[in-house]
Amino acid sequence: MIQYIIRRLLYSLPLLLGVNILTFVLFFVVNSPDDMARMQLGQKHVTEQAISNWKQQHGYDVPLLWNSAAEGKNKIADTIFYQKSVGLFLLRFGISDSGRNIGADIKERAWPSLAVALPTLLIGLLVNICCALMMVLFRNSYLEQAGIVLCVILMSVSSLFYIIGGQFLIGKELRLVPISGYDDGLEAIKFLILPVLIGVFSGIGSGVRWYRTLFLEEVEKDYVRTARAKGLSETQTLFRHVLPNAMIPILTGVVVVLPLLFMGSLIMESFFSIPGLGSYTIDAINSQDFAIVRAMVFLGSVLYVIGLLLTDISYTLVDPRVRLS
Amino acid sequence: MVVLWTDALIYLLIVVMLALGWYLRGKEHIKRPLQQIGNSKIGMVSLVVLLFFVLIGLLDSVHFKPEDDKKNEIISLLDAFAAPLREHGEKTYSAPFATTLYSKEMMMQSDGSMQWGYPRLEFGGSHLEAPETQLMPDILQKAAYGLVQGLGLMGLLLTISLLRRGNAARPEHCQRVLAARGADKASAKAIWQVLLIVVPLAAALIHLSAYYHVFGTDKVGEDVFYQAVKSIRTGLVIGTLTTLIMLPMALIFGILAGFFRGWVDDIIQYIYTTLSSIPGVLLIAASILMVQVYMANHEAAFTSVIVRSDMRLLFLCMILGVTSWTGLCRLLRAETLKLREMEYVQAASALGVKQGAILLRHILPNVMHIVLISVVLDFSSLVLAEAVLSYINIGVDPASYSWGNMINGARLEMAREPIVWWSLTAAFAFMFALVLAANLFADVVQDAFDPRRSGNE
Repeated sequence: MIQYIIRRLLYSLPLLLGVNILTFVLFFVVNSPDDMARMQLGQKHVTEQAISNWKQQHGYDVPLLWNSAAEGKNKIADTIFYQKSVGLFLLRFGISDSGRNIGADIKERAWPSLAVALPTLLIGLLVNICCALMMVLFRNSYLEQAGIVLCVILMSVSSLFYIIGGQFLIGKELRLVPISGYDDGLEAIKFLILPVLIGVFSGIGSGVRWYRTLFLEEVEKDYVRTARAKGLSETQTLFRHVLPNAMIPILTGVVVVLPLLFMGSLIMESFFSIPGLGSYTIDAINSQDFAIVRAMVFLGSVLYVIGLLLTDISYTLVDPRVRLS
Repeated sequence: MVVLWTDALIYLLIVVMLALGWYLRGKEHIKRPLQQIGNSKIGMVSLVVLLFFVLIGLLDSVHFKPEDDKKNEIISLLDAFAAPLREHGEKTYSAPFATTLYSKEMMMQSDGSMQWGYPRLEFGGSHLEAPETQLMPDILQKAAYGLVQGLGLMGLLLTISLLRRGNAARPEHCQRVLAARGADKASAKAIWQVLLIVVPLAAALIHLSAYYHVFGTDKVGEDVFYQAVKSIRTGLVIGTLTTLIMLPMALIFGILAGFFRGWVDDIIQYIYTTLSSIPGVLLIAASILMVQVYMANHEAAFTSVIVRSDMRLLFLCMILGVTSWTGLCRLLRAETLKLREMEYVQAASALGVKQGAILLRHILPNVMHIVLISVVLDFSSLVLAEAVLSYINIGVDPASYSWGNMINGARLEMAREPIVWWSLTAAFAFMFALVLAANLFADVVQDAFDPRRSGNE
């Protein structure tokens, strides 16, 4: 087991290296730091002096890959690639273009993101599975037909509509909860109700359909027929036999997104002005802060790789047929 | 005629589809699922709605420079048809079917005195003398006129089709033959019913929009109906061109990885795992930021607004394509791994058929159903994604028409009193109609082409 995990961790290194090189190419080769400086300082009437000042300030004034002017080890160390990209492997995110410490920002803002994303995921899972089970229980009836149609309709509505509509109806017209904002500690709950509710609701359509197909696949199998033949009622077979077995793909599907919950949701957080990593990213995109976007891309892929690892491990825990080797 | 980049790709897409259709015509294994789609009422109804959208999108994809042109702008056929809509701009917000502006202003009266009130619109309902009393009857009358026009058109079409069928059969048996055909083609009836609703409605809207702003006007006084109709092309382009761009990549890499295994498989797997490990939105954001920098530094290459927004749309499609090919590639690899162990492939290679021929003749046609299903399934999610991306400012160019831009522009106005709801409603309604039709159609296509599903029908 330990051996397997170590091997998987080593295997993920080339992946992260690939991501790193990709972002490096995207951010420094496609457009040179000069272009970025010109963009940041305003398009026209930028003097060479101002550009080189900006580059020096942000540490972009060294060569990309190979510094022939430096001595010995510094030939590699005094380059943009070494300073800006290699540090990411040690989770040293450096300083943003506006002069803030990205690492500290991320640590601080990950928790509000989690406070929205985790309840959304858990409640959504519960609601989706309940609805899907209901539809499978009443399969081949008008109730199921209506459920399918409703799911397609819910799926076809833009998530922006749910957010704007929810804010308008619950926040503005009914005045049940604040429209947006965030607070520390337990006070945050009243701000979290609406985003969680809307997040759950906008996921129902596709979620229920997906779980329904999973359950239906399971219902067709031989062991379910045997269970029915033994004389178990439909509800008993569904809850005692189908549900535990269908939980395997569901659980592993959830595990893979667990680490990514820290990243938060871009739209939800910006609509409800929650100071999480999602709105952090949006602010960075809007103010064209390349350092933050680069850091978030890398962080996201690290979390995804961790998620893949957790998935493999969780397979062995819930499904005795799978052995790691 | 001016051919923009996305126009050219749309034409290419149409040519490819026609060629595919020509190649596949009369093939038995394609005919059966197609018939199943044809017999499905929901499938045909959603197809009609989709085709309606596609027609508008195509009209909007033929660009030219008008003859009597002073502003050196490029317009499309749709713009030419909707010239009054495009030119009838008001000063600022006005509600649907309103004759006055949304906000009060100081107005100069005819006798020179100033008055605080709602000024009349420049174009919306300007033919009315006394809007308070004449407005409702006039709207109803114009709507009825449009409906009758549309119904007349449909009646004409219906008669023509009946006559053609009638000629095929003997006249006295006409009625009975029609009844028999109607029985086994319930979907044909459904198509006519939808057409009977859609065409008169469209005719009424077109007729009304010449006199009123049917969906109101936005902040700068532009007609919202016009914006929503123009956005159809953007939605369709993103839904289809993205697939066109990512398809070759996914097909080639997926099949090669599954067929050759070994180091080819390792490399391709490495590439797509790397790409898919970056969260999609962030990769798109990073790429779009770079495109912005590039376009800002090469302003000379993008002379007119429409060329610039077209390039950005194309870039967006490419970026979405790069981020979305990995899923299909994975599916195709798995399917090819399965197929290459099948007896008929083994037999072909035992008989000495070259590897290239096996790939083209035996593997490729047998993974096509996966490609088709995923293309149709991806379409609706891409249309929805466009709106979200435009909201985060990493979508289409802010100057181009898209539902995302409409929502983005109108969402802050929800705080006003009374609220400006019409922009949002129009954008969401159009988007909902397109996505719902696409989703329903995708379901039917999946039922028809997926071998796993056809068993339990």
